[in-house]
Amino acid sequence: MADISANFLGIKSPNPYWLASAPPTDKKINVLRAFEAGWGGVVWKTLGSQVKNVSSRYSAVNFNGAKVMGFNNIELISDRPLDINLREIKECLRLFPDRAMVVSLMADNDPASWHELIKKVEDTGAHGLELNFGCPHGMTERGMGAAVGQDPEIARMVVEWVMEKATIPVITKLTPNVHSPVPTGKACVEAGTNGLSLINTIQSVTGINLDTLVPNPYVAGKSVFGGYCGPAVKPIALKMLTTISQDPTTSSVPVSGIGGVSDWRDAVEFMLLGASNVQVCTAAMKHGFRIIEDLCEGLNNWMDEKGYNTIYDFIGKSVEKITHWEDLDINYHHIAAINQDKCIHCGLCYIACEDGSHQSIQLEYGKPYNRYTIKDEECVGCNLCQLICPVTDCITMVEHRVAPEYLNWKDYQRLGLPLNDH
Amino acid sequence: MAILNNRLSSAEYEQNFADIHPPFETADAALVEANRCLFCYDAPCMKSCPTSIDVPKFIKQITTGNIKGSAHTIFHSNIMGAGCSKVCPVEKLCEGACVFNLMEEEPISIAKLQRYSTEKAMENNWQLFKRKASTGKKVAVVGAGPAGLSCAHMLSREGVDVTIYERESQGGGLMTFGIAAYKVTPQFCQDEVDYITAIGGIEIKYNQELGKEISLPELQKNYSAVYLGIGVGLARRLDIPGEDLEGVTDALQFIYGIRDKGFEKVPVGDKVAVIGMGMTAIDAATQAKRLGAKEVTLVYRRTENEKPCTQVELDIAKIDGCKFIWLAAPKEVIGENGKVKELICNVMQLGEPDASGRRSPVETGETITLNVDMVIKAAGQTAFEELLQKNGIENRAGKIVLKQNCETNITGVFAGGDAVNGGKEVVDAVQDGKDGAAAILSFLKI
Repeated sequence: MADISANFLGIKSPNPYWLASAPPTDKKINVLRAFEAGWGGVVWKTLGSQVKNVSSRYSAVNFNGAKVMGFNNIELISDRPLDINLREIKECLRLFPDRAMVVSLMADNDPASWHELIKKVEDTGAHGLELNFGCPHGMTERGMGAAVGQDPEIARMVVEWVMEKATIPVITKLTPNVHSPVPTGKACVEAGTNGLSLINTIQSVTGINLDTLVPNPYVAGKSVFGGYCGPAVKPIALKMLTTISQDPTTSSVPVSGIGGVSDWRDAVEFMLLGASNVQVCTAAMKHGFRIIEDLCEGLNNWMDEKGYNTIYDFIGKSVEKITHWEDLDINYHHIAAINQDKCIHCGLCYIACEDGSHQSIQLEYGKPYNRYTIKDEECVGCNLCQLICPVTDCITMVEHRVAPEYLNWKDYQRLGLPLNDH
Repeated sequence: MAILNNRLSSAEYEQNFADIHPPFETADAALVEANRCLFCYDAPCMKSCPTSIDVPKFIKQITTGNIKGSAHTIFHSNIMGAGCSKVCPVEKLCEGACVFNLMEEEPISIAKLQRYSTEKAMENNWQLFKRKASTGKKVAVVGAGPAGLSCAHMLSREGVDVTIYERESQGGGLMTFGIAAYKVTPQFCQDEVDYITAIGGIEIKYNQELGKEISLPELQKNYSAVYLGIGVGLARRLDIPGEDLEGVTDALQFIYGIRDKGFEKVPVGDKVAVIGMGMTAIDAATQAKRLGAKEVTLVYRRTENEKPCTQVELDIAKIDGCKFIWLAAPKEVIGENGKVKELICNVMQLGEPDASGRRSPVETGETITLNVDMVIKAAGQTAFEELLQKNGIENRAGKIVLKQNCETNITGVFAGGDAVNGGKEVVDAVQDGKDGAAAILSFLKI
């Protein structure tokens, strides 16, 4: 059995799964149940000046019958009194001393407010702090949350205030509502943050009620931009994480990966792109804390199969595999092959290729089943047919190199090699 | 042993004749199924539908919440799409061709989804087609069955004024009179006729039989064209001794009685023999059992391999507890006091293949005797050969012979449906009606 325990800035947890700062971590009753279920740690829902939430708060994007492919919220930071939160954090720490307890913070924009909040939270015995520079709604209007994270200089200033006071590890959570999270990430690292986490939610409008014409979520005839998360945002999160992992400054501190982690495979992907652990929220909100079982078991089995003893054996291994376009090997070529024994004649590959649009699939009409074959000389190897095919391994991409040697676009131009003539 | 009606309680009748293919209970249930559909290109299901309904499109429209569009897609190809969703042998048509069969997965429930959209359209009386301005052209359609209704609807859409002459007092043809009550109810058939004719420009005159109340020359004189969708109404005689004894009936009459009189009023024997193994034979046998017959035996002169009904239909009869005697052909019905007592059958064996490609049954010389008090004949139907001869309509063994354009040997007289094909599915007749209408429109230069 592989060892899936994690050590993030000295904060130890039996597995690399923390519940992200969100409704599931806003009170003792939830957190205790999460710990009983097996979660490695929690980031307690953001504490700061007390706010008041509205009803309703969430909306979702469904796709082809699958519910909550994307999830959106307009909830603010914790609306419970600070002293109750602090007392409950302390109790959770006492009952589950082996789990990570990180507390998310968002104080008013002055050093005194931050210092006071940090002092109170550290008195609970919490293991770390996470600075919420990402919340995209409600708090930004007051100059907090994403308003801080979107401006590297403000972020730098706030991190400096925090580092003056904090004695436990500080993680800064970055917003994706920027063209790149790297400038803010760099500023925070330079100001002394011990670690980073990303992404927070992405500003969104999930949809509109076509009867009332009011966008979701509905609050007395109006709506506001919300924060988008869930499986739909994973690819965006992975991209942003990669840029943080590739930058020499931001990659000098550990990163906690967040954004649509729904199963163990997602978690592995985040770690392969440089995350030292992951945080989960939407999947737990949708299915309950019980998902931690497969998150751990799946990770464990995969590590055993691949021969990884600890998570540190594979963290970051895919970062170098994402390169620049002009460094890609133009002599690499693969083309699709349709396994006729597996083909169910749905024609989805054909119409996708036909209209989508390389016209590389041959159709021979039959009643009722047509026969589809690849025109090898026309196939550009785009993968579209394979992506669309409903049968596993029916369409495979077979390597047919143009030439054995590596050749990139820069060399191609330099050598004056021929471009397409059709 | 006796032939009796009122064998069961009303609750038992209700249970026995409840909808055999119940609809989706909720929109969510329909959505789960609709979302399974792969949305195939040049879809095998569509190509296996005689009316070429764009199945992937209408299912996709359910998933997008465009139920009106979904119903339009169905009715555009098949105006009896609602009825067909209940009576089509989909296992050998659309669902039989679904690509999921090739993955050893359950095919999409196409019929059930089709029922979902079309029922919504009928319930809400969505009129999805607008009749063009009248062209002043008048066409007579004989027979308000699937072929006639389909033809009339398409003609009316193009601005033709259609009069349908129907022998019975209700429309729908065999949909109304020849199909098991657990598939479609008389009320549904009436609603379907009303929904189709609601487009306007179609008048149905009931109790008008060709050769009696109306004549072909008269119709030719009063209308620009005539369409014959007269079906094949007569049960094929067995031509064996005892065929006219009390207790021998034909399947269509038996089924008609169930549709017309109500379950408790239809008499059925203790021990019933049903001759034949087509869809109508199954409908008669299962309904005899469901009316309370103690024992129902289907007698067929070939083997299970040659059966004309589908496996799904055969399974219904099996589940209903019907018995089967393969390779047996009726020889004689023995009576006592004028009533059926026994059915004697020749034991057959399979010989050389016949015109249908199936091995033809040959007598072995042995016989078997069934102790029965009722015999239901479902050995096929014969066309109105005499009627056609009288009117000079070219036919082959009662099946009207058509030229390429759905026209008979008489100019301006067109035909389709069972009268031409000898008895196929409702959906085949609907397509015939469309083809006939297209031919008439071209004949009328519309």
